[in-house]
Amino acid sequence: MTATVELGRARAVAARRRLRGRRRSGYLLGALCAAICAVMVAPLVMSVLASVKPTEEAAASPPTYLPHALSLDSFERLWTYQQGLPTYLANSLGTALLTIAFTLVLTVPAAYALARFPIPFKEVVFVFLLLALIVPYQALLTPMFLMFARIGLTNTLVGLAILHTVIQLPFSLYILRNSLSAVPLELEEAAITDGASSWQVLLRVCVPSTVPAIVTVALFAFIMSWNEFLGALVLMSRGSSFTLPLILAAARTETSLGGTDWGMLQAGITISIIPCVLVYLLLQRYYVSGLMTGAVK
Amino acid sequence: MYRSRRSRLIGLAYLAPALLFVLAFTAWPLAQMIWMSFHNWSLITPPRWVGMANYQRAFADDQFWVSFAFTLEYTAIITPLLIVGGYLLALLTSPSSPSRRLTRTMVFIPVVIGLGVSSLLWYWLFSTDFGLVNRALMDLGLISKPVLWLGVDADRSNLAIIASVTWKVIGFGMILFVGAIQAIPTEITEASLVDGASYWQRVRRVVLPLTLRTVLLVTLVSVIGSLLAFDQFYIMTAGQPQNETATSVFYVYLNSFPYLRLGYGAALSVILALTILVFTVVQLLLTRRSHA
Repeated sequence: MTATVELGRARAVAARRRLRGRRRSGYLLGALCAAICAVMVAPLVMSVLASVKPTEEAAASPPTYLPHALSLDSFERLWTYQQGLPTYLANSLGTALLTIAFTLVLTVPAAYALARFPIPFKEVVFVFLLLALIVPYQALLTPMFLMFARIGLTNTLVGLAILHTVIQLPFSLYILRNSLSAVPLELEEAAITDGASSWQVLLRVCVPSTVPAIVTVALFAFIMSWNEFLGALVLMSRGSSFTLPLILAAARTETSLGGTDWGMLQAGITISIIPCVLVYLLLQRYYVSGLMTGAVK
Repeated sequence: MYRSRRSRLIGLAYLAPALLFVLAFTAWPLAQMIWMSFHNWSLITPPRWVGMANYQRAFADDQFWVSFAFTLEYTAIITPLLIVGGYLLALLTSPSSPSRRLTRTMVFIPVVIGLGVSSLLWYWLFSTDFGLVNRALMDLGLISKPVLWLGVDADRSNLAIIASVTWKVIGFGMILFVGAIQAIPTEITEASLVDGASYWQRVRRVVLPLTLRTVLLVTLVSVIGSLLAFDQFYIMTAGQPQNETATSVFYVYLNSFPYLRLGYGAALSVILALTILVFTVVQLLLTRRSHA
């Protein structure tokens, strides 16, 4: 009798100890998570804080951690820097929107054809369309630059958007083809029996049932185009056609007489990261699912 | 309709725009690049056939090897950091509690910002006199005077850039590993819990083997990405000192654009594309197997 009680008590003690141990490791893991969050966010926060320092403080050496006063001077200087921030924002945004448009116009019908129609040599055609996945675009820039120079597409948003579409096409096609293949055939057959043409089926049945995939494709196209650097560096040589990353990279070295205008650079960095982070936080689900299908499946 | 006699034609009509686009803007530039690589061409003078001379020149070119070796070194250091670090972060953040999910989101945020912009950000943080890295290290008493991080010593520059890129892309692997870990059926996890396996035993014997394919694929994707590194070096060191930190893509860029050695640049591009091809083929084979 006593033995059982003892045993029961011992078990209870052990369980309590285990619970306490788990709670302690829970706190430890919580602290670890907090530390990791801090490390990841700190550079971004420091940059945003530096962008609102007054001009003199932004140029201070050694730098201050937190701004002693708040000011939008850096943003004002960026607003009028060279051709002015509105020009660069318009270039970046225009290129990104054109990239989204080109990508969707090309890949939605192509994915539909691959998912539904009896295409001769379908596998070969598919691999051909994924060519940009096999040959890195970094290696194609010289011939593209020469071609674009000949047909007058260098220094144009359309030209840069074409290059960005080349980069984004394989991923988009892959995602859309998978998603269109998964649309139940019965839906389309019902529409066909009602006398719909294939074009109507695509627009009224397939597109509405693949909205998540289309959002994913548009989202990735936007983020890639907004951020892409090397292609823009090669194709855009005129200052007035620079995108945001280009003008900031230029501003890094050539601003004013006293060297780099750090405050203005921070203002530019802040403005560049805001849309990406916002779009990601709003559409996180699409982003993660796109990444899963695109990269590992 | 999908099986009618006209369906082939309709299908091809839907494919035509994409096919023409890839033909004009990917296949044609590729063919041109290969053609250019057999010529000497500087835009001013007309192209002249030189056979394999550009390739021979590349293999005898010291800077080609310096760039290639530097790119490999960069890749060899950053890949394990990204994979092991990303995996540990995935183990930490794959349980679905609010704090873990928040951590996952935070770690992933730098992935969506541009590499160019993040390089500018770190160019500032690592700046000798104006950067917070030196300020913090001095306040902690770890260094007594500001360190010249970028563009003076190749190894130190590499270290700084690797730190910045790790911060920027570690979330990419993490999020894919989280997906793979969460896809493990709960019965398997529960069975190993009942067997009394410790946490790390479970990771080694159950979780890791079941997510190995994802680990391999992410490793390939990140190796390919690292071999094509450009933005971070262009912005943070501009290849300095003496082009010691000029990566392979950087060297292609230097030859093709500032130097206008178009033929030579094209030959370097072909070599680069072939190197990448090896990894892409393995990646595609691994991807295909998952469909079967």
